[in-house]
Amino acid sequence: MSVQEVLPLGGLAAGQSGQFRADHLLVAEMVKPGSKVLDVGCGDGDLLQLLETRGIDGRGIELSREGVNRCVAKGLAVVQGDADTDLVNYPDDAFDYVILSQTLQATRQPKVVLENLLRIGRRAIVSFPNFGFWRMRLQLLIGGHMPRTENLPASWYDTANIHFCTIKDFVELCDEIHVKMERAEALDLYGRPLRLRMPWWVWNLFGEQGVFLLTRGQGK
Amino acid sequence: MVGVKSIPSPAISADERSHEVDHPSSLVAHFGADQPLPLDCGVDLSPFQIAYQTYGELNADRSNAILICHALTGDQHVANVHPVTGKPGWWETLVGAGRPLDPSQYFIICANVIGGCMGSTGPASLNPATGKVWGLDFPVITIPDMVRAQAMLIDRLGIDTLFAVVGGSMGGMQVLQWTAAYPARVFSALAIACSTRHSAQNIAFHELGRQAVMADPDWHNGGYADQGIHPHRGLAVARMAAHITYLSDAALHRKFGRRMQDRDLPTFSFDADFQVESYLRYQGSSFVERFDANSYLYLTRAMDYFDIAGDHGGVLAKAFAGIQTRFCVVSFTSDWLFPTSESRALVHALNASSARVSFAEIETDRGHDAFLLDVPEFLDISRAFLQSAGKARGLTGKND
Repeated sequence: MSVQEVLPLGGLAAGQSGQFRADHLLVAEMVKPGSKVLDVGCGDGDLLQLLETRGIDGRGIELSREGVNRCVAKGLAVVQGDADTDLVNYPDDAFDYVILSQTLQATRQPKVVLENLLRIGRRAIVSFPNFGFWRMRLQLLIGGHMPRTENLPASWYDTANIHFCTIKDFVELCDEIHVKMERAEALDLYGRPLRLRMPWWVWNLFGEQGVFLLTRGQGK
Repeated sequence: MVGVKSIPSPAISADERSHEVDHPSSLVAHFGADQPLPLDCGVDLSPFQIAYQTYGELNADRSNAILICHALTGDQHVANVHPVTGKPGWWETLVGAGRPLDPSQYFIICANVIGGCMGSTGPASLNPATGKVWGLDFPVITIPDMVRAQAMLIDRLGIDTLFAVVGGSMGGMQVLQWTAAYPARVFSALAIACSTRHSAQNIAFHELGRQAVMADPDWHNGGYADQGIHPHRGLAVARMAAHITYLSDAALHRKFGRRMQDRDLPTFSFDADFQVESYLRYQGSSFVERFDANSYLYLTRAMDYFDIAGDHGGVLAKAFAGIQTRFCVVSFTSDWLFPTSESRALVHALNASSARVSFAEIETDRGHDAFLLDVPEFLDISRAFLQSAGKARGLTGKND
């Protein structure tokens, strides 16, 4: 499977983009205004707030009580819950988009979670740190230890990230469960998209994280 | 013989019924024979009255009304000095100038529930058919009955859609019943420390309280008013037992520990040696000054019967199908009367209905009563929820 086309990034107002994370801006830009969105693992609600500025009806699930309460105190519709256990409570087609931002690698059953995302939502947007990134490979190859980066500073023994994967792994999983990729982006260390159309192995090496817009494929 | 000090008699003389029952220090809405209240038990209650308080002013397009639903032993005196006890309103942490429910912004209504004893028709009221106090002749009422009566009051006030319905504990049950029965009339709902159904353990505690009341010889099968007495001992015991369920082990330990009351050594008697005993006795005796024993039986029964899912074929989500109301559900970590698991079940049902819901669990050791106390995180969340709903409702900061 290959991504047919890498769509160009739309421009956001400069003043608006400054206060938001680059990967959040990219995700928000993938969502059509006026749609209904569930953000799974919404943290402090930064992405939901960004979505609200675009007229999107956003809801959130967050595991940590502190995160939930900060979101609710911002007036966001967020509930305390777990991606692994609580997605089953949502009906089919409840949302236009379900977003899983930097959370897939922390779930117990990434495959089941991914299937649930595309059951609840007509589309899913998934982003995750790419373990095939050259700096990761280098740390393992040269350093001989489990990789640690600025974005993933935890040691192997206390990290919540139990299911790391590479962009290549993820593409293969999508193939396996018949998920169609509408759009794929690889972001560099600073969260900026790799602009050029490049083969998968390049993205897998130079993308610090991957962001994918997914829909249900044939046979689902 | 060991020294025993029983619970002191109330300050109000027992042969005098509280003036507040028939002639409350509140606004009163009378509903005559043409407007009966159809009860779940099959009886039409008529005539009846509802006593209520309001704070703030209704805006021109009648869009800023908030209904507060009170808990089991609460009443309509949310944010004013209580006419019987002389104490401040029971929810002044939440309601008042600069508080999340600010009367300069909202028109706030709180009504005494049907079955209560602070001016709305209940077992302590006079039965117009007999000229005597209702007592146990009063029909058994339910949470839906209370809410039906409130809806009649809201109609009377000329309000179509409430901006918010807010309540904790039994008040939270009423909030949920409002959304299930009148979804289009509730723009937002703040349901705190509550549940969609009363648990077996909670029914058990209520039964304990009722048996304490009924075991008091002064209860006279509910006919104590005719005898000019009040079963204050039984009611005080019921209150003492219930009060423990409103707190937590940690809160009791922090507040009292094993400290002695005005003494250094045990008296080797059944006197209140421990501070916690003295505190409970005080809670019991002060409660009976302002509450009617039969009313306590009726209201605890109403909570026992509450089960929204049961009214919707056993599927909770059906109760909220297609609902547009914005929900905020709040629970407290140390609340073992209405634990977080109950709120979570509600949230799951609301998610299944694709309702817009926020759910926060607040960490505190203050137990069920936390919703009445100054818990900043809870108050911040309430404020933000209402502000966000107000924005969606098109309410500005001030009356207009």
